[in-house]
Amino acid sequence: MSENVAPHTHFQYEDARHQADSAIAGMWLFLATEVLFFGGLILAWIFCRHWNPEGFAAGAKESVLWIGTVNLALLITSSFVYGLGQAAIEAGRVRMLIWCCLLTAGIGVVFLGLKLLEWHVDLDENLWPAGPFKLHGAEADGGRLFWIFYFVATGLHAVHMLVGIVAVCWIALRARRAEFTADWHTPVTVVGLYWSFVDMVWIVLYPLIYVVGRLS
Amino acid sequence: MSQTVTATRVLSYLEDGKTLRSWLLTTDHKRIAILYALSITVFFFIGGTAAALIRYNLVTPQGALPSAETYNRLFTMHGVIMVWFFLVPAAPVTIGNFIIPLMIGARDLAFPKINLMSWYLFMAGGACALYALFAGGVDTGWTFYAPLSSNYAQGHVVAVVAGIFISGFSTIATGLNFVVTIHRLRAPGLTWYRLPVFIWSFYATSVIFLLATPVLAITLILLSFERIFHVGVFDPRIGGDPLLFQHMFWFYSHPAVYIMVLPGMGIVSQIIPCFSRKELFGYKFVVWCSVAIAVIGFFVWGHHMFVSGQSPYASIVFSLLSYFVAVPSAIKVFNWLGTMHKGRIHFNAPMIYALGFVGLFTSGGLTGLFLAALAADVHLHDTYFVIAHFHFIMVGGMVSAYFAALHFWWPKITGRMYPETIARGAALLMFLGFNFTFLPQYILGYLGMPRRYHSYPPEFQVLNVLSSAGASILAVAYVLPLFYLGWSLFRGERAPRNPWRATGLEWTTDSPPITRNFLVVPTVTSGPYDYADPHTKLADV
Repeated sequence: MSENVAPHTHFQYEDARHQADSAIAGMWLFLATEVLFFGGLILAWIFCRHWNPEGFAAGAKESVLWIGTVNLALLITSSFVYGLGQAAIEAGRVRMLIWCCLLTAGIGVVFLGLKLLEWHVDLDENLWPAGPFKLHGAEADGGRLFWIFYFVATGLHAVHMLVGIVAVCWIALRARRAEFTADWHTPVTVVGLYWSFVDMVWIVLYPLIYVVGRLS
Repeated sequence: MSQTVTATRVLSYLEDGKTLRSWLLTTDHKRIAILYALSITVFFFIGGTAAALIRYNLVTPQGALPSAETYNRLFTMHGVIMVWFFLVPAAPVTIGNFIIPLMIGARDLAFPKINLMSWYLFMAGGACALYALFAGGVDTGWTFYAPLSSNYAQGHVVAVVAGIFISGFSTIATGLNFVVTIHRLRAPGLTWYRLPVFIWSFYATSVIFLLATPVLAITLILLSFERIFHVGVFDPRIGGDPLLFQHMFWFYSHPAVYIMVLPGMGIVSQIIPCFSRKELFGYKFVVWCSVAIAVIGFFVWGHHMFVSGQSPYASIVFSLLSYFVAVPSAIKVFNWLGTMHKGRIHFNAPMIYALGFVGLFTSGGLTGLFLAALAADVHLHDTYFVIAHFHFIMVGGMVSAYFAALHFWWPKITGRMYPETIARGAALLMFLGFNFTFLPQYILGYLGMPRRYHSYPPEFQVLNVLSSAGASILAVAYVLPLFYLGWSLFRGERAPRNPWRATGLEWTTDSPPITRNFLVVPTVTSGPYDYADPHTKLADV
């Protein structure tokens, strides 16, 4: 294993600052790949919607608006709370960071719980695209397409949420071991970038799923 | 660190830990490169075996293999293994992984643990794909076009796709590591215009890894959904679009062509100046051409779809852009020739391989222009002309460059010299065998023989037999290095630090390097190709 020349600093770096900047740059690049990942999905979504506008609108009207909206509010709040934690550790307040992480992860768990409830409602309503489908007539095909995108997108987002919750808990655990100080807390920043990104994905998915179809 | 050997000597990376555990849990970029090299060599020979069986089948017009189904599964296996488990990762994860930190004066990559993780991801993906291919395989071709792959094909589509998906994350991890490393860990004084072209090329490759691979990932997820649940967004029966699959697939897979060839360009840009004892001609042009290829390469994918029914206006634009991407490639070829002009050329094995790259890449590139022409492509599409074209680039070009790199840096990697005479012979044999195999395929394609057919009309037999005969020569040329390079590991002469009198920081450290690469981090004060004295003698073996 690599020896450290200073606490937390690997031997290929000059100092902790050098290493911290590199780690943050790495997370930004990873998020760029995530943009392309979700971007490809959203592009395909919009493309198919363009050719099947009625079906997509009819499909979207079946989505559970209140759960999506509550979840949107929850995620934005969670990013705010995590941001408070980051501000706290910059001031050296470790306990505050731990509480913010736990609250963030808790909100994430509530999000996933609501998501499960929503999926349950969707399946009860026969909205699984591969089963006997709720919509009939001219809107059935486009409706199925919409619900394929819905399940793929929300499923992938939920996987990202799970990863995020584990990461935030890991930050809380490390904070409890007193690993972070006002001078060194790179992992807090890196996980924060990821969490905010997953939040932002939902901010883009929300109108696509719940709003656009209802307006048309 | 053990100090029992001598008081002053620092252990090389090969001696620093002898247990299996010290290899499997290493975070040393050099050891991870070795792990990768062993793995991709296995994949190369599996893919090569499939190719040999394809050529065996095509010796007779009715097909020597018992069924067309078997043949379909073989060429799919060949394509999948060679593209995703050899060509795409090969040069970056082995040569790049080993050389990039040494070349920029760094002690490791930016994220050593992520580097190790990428190897495990690669092996997991490879295991998935191999399981599927040996459990019965897939008959869709490596391109997995929907709706064939999603609704009609037999075989283990989902397992192969999962393997590709997982290995995609390994290449993303590698690309991310390279980009951050090149930005953040250059030695003092190593400004961007002092970077060897090798670094620029691998940088451009890494950017494509990062921006293209995720799109393939989401495409494969949508495809798997359709395959598993029999309803999907590429299904025209419910208003989905199979062409959407092709667009998304080629948005990755065309830039992936440049993932495969840009590292080769970087490699020969190191080797040709060294063995011509001259500075690289037009350094900045070569640098910016690498970047231009990476950028333009993202906007030409539609040239795979001229006969798919896409809009003719789109085709015209894609055709024009495909011509544009040929310009930076051609500039590079002229730069390599300009480097050799009035140089003092030494025909060592790496140089012979590199020259093979230049020639075969040029042939493959020029025939690419035929295929970029709308009218000509209607005739040539899906024929052996296409097969010959991309094999000239991928196999003739890139595999030659890979072998060039392997020989050039072999003394640095292993600390041993390879046997020069037999290596020169193998390099020449590879060039001959390659042309023998693929030149007839240009003619076959021009005459109209379609790709992916188990049998063919008897009038094509002579050319097919020629091609298969060439393939057997090529096979010998690929197997030879296994033996003499393997031999050199034990019996080869000990390599000095810089056997080729080459420039570059990697030659200033020990052969093989110590675990931390440099005892003192070097400071750079001059450009990358400072071959001032053309009369320096090479340490010829």
